[in-house]
Amino acid sequence: MIPRHQRVLFWILLVGSVAMAVVIIRMRERAHDRMLTASDTMPLNPPAQSSAKSVPLMIANDLTGGVHEEEQEMALPADPNARARVILQHLIADYAQPASKHPISPNNGAENIYFIPLPKQDGDAGGVMAVVNLSGSFAAAHPSGIEPETLTLLSIIGTLRLNFPQLTQVRFLVDGQPRETLAGHADLTRVYLASESPGVKHL
Amino acid sequence: MDALAPLVLIALLAALPGTVAAQGKPSSAPAAASPAHGQPAAPAAAAAPSSAKPPAKTLPAPSPAQAPAAEHPEPPARPVRFVVVLNPAHGGADGGARLSSQLYEKDLVLTLAERLRIALAAHSIPVTMVRISDVDLPVLNRAQMTDHARAAACITLHATTSGSGIHLFTSSLTGIPMTSFLPWETAQGAYTPQSLRLSSEIGTVMRHDNIPVTQGRTALQPLDSFTCPAVAVEVAPLIHSGTATPLSDPAYQNRLVNALAAAIEQWQQDWKKEP
Repeated sequence: MIPRHQRVLFWILLVGSVAMAVVIIRMRERAHDRMLTASDTMPLNPPAQSSAKSVPLMIANDLTGGVHEEEQEMALPADPNARARVILQHLIADYAQPASKHPISPNNGAENIYFIPLPKQDGDAGGVMAVVNLSGSFAAAHPSGIEPETLTLLSIIGTLRLNFPQLTQVRFLVDGQPRETLAGHADLTRVYLASESPGVKHL
Repeated sequence: MDALAPLVLIALLAALPGTVAAQGKPSSAPAAASPAHGQPAAPAAAAAPSSAKPPAKTLPAPSPAQAPAAEHPEPPARPVRFVVVLNPAHGGADGGARLSSQLYEKDLVLTLAERLRIALAAHSIPVTMVRISDVDLPVLNRAQMTDHARAAACITLHATTSGSGIHLFTSSLTGIPMTSFLPWETAQGAYTPQSLRLSSEIGTVMRHDNIPVTQGRTALQPLDSFTCPAVAVEVAPLIHSGTATPLSDPAYQNRLVNALAAAIEQWQQDWKKEP
């Protein structure tokens, strides 16, 4: 015969265990919901207050072998890095159009752009370096040749220079890694001066 | 032994990594190894040992053109013999641009280079070919072979499907003083004015032959390490009033080769007149 106080204790412990299990399960569900919210990859809506403005782009032309300035309307974010990324995405999307004079297959283009302040040196006011991280799909889809590759680099450098006048140097990466060439020709290992004027002319 | 000490010192200086002996003051480093992959090039184009590597590139670097040149009071003399180096780009596993379903850039430029070599030989102009078969030569070897030839003109041949006619590119390096020893990565900077003149000469002849020409400057390996007047010649389909002549067209190839040969012959005439 089990004593009465032992049966009471048993039932109290059983009820307590069940209650704790319910609380733990509920806490786990709430933590899971928080994780899903944090890793939401849906694109953000453009800011409602941001109006479209005219942005200068340097557009390449394979037939003339040069780049020329064109203005396009686009809404830009406030953050400089994000703004540069949006501008370059518009530029590269323009090259994917069927009537483009510098055709490049549709792709992700520039993954990220980072601006890095350069230290001041003797007699030099310093400056800003832009690190342009191109996507591997962009490099793979790019036409191979000295002229098309050089024009693409000049177009990107010129566009960044027009929209970020403080820019002094540009460095290119592909998928976050240094790479020898863009598509077999143009050197990506060097640092480009933003002041370098478009170097191709038509005769 | 003491009498050999200065010679040994000179040899060590010439073998310093990151420098290249300019024309007229050739490096005394041994240069008799065969080109990579056992494919012999022209006799004058023997490669230096491939173990000599250029210095690692460091960031941030303002511009290759701003790298300091070694101080030396005595500029090198020009080569005594007019030699042309032809460097067909790519090769082996590196096919370059795909020009059509069956034609790669590496094959077309090798064909053009061989025909150009024959055309120049007809004008008694000696030619050094960097590659004469389908081999993949590292850019370092190409530069070493080219510099060793001490040429009066170095032509790198490329091909593309973009644009029209012919694209002439010289190095984007700004000029640096001509010295006996030049920084490996920016050696071409000492030859910038001559390279621009050579490019202009080729462009003039092409335009006379009604071939569209674009001229520009670019960062291209191994062009920046060449110690000679150097131009990258990129051929493209010929587009006239909406009609495109492909690069595989033999008549168009003939026009390109003949025009290039005429331009180099003109360059030779100018070279002979120089002091």
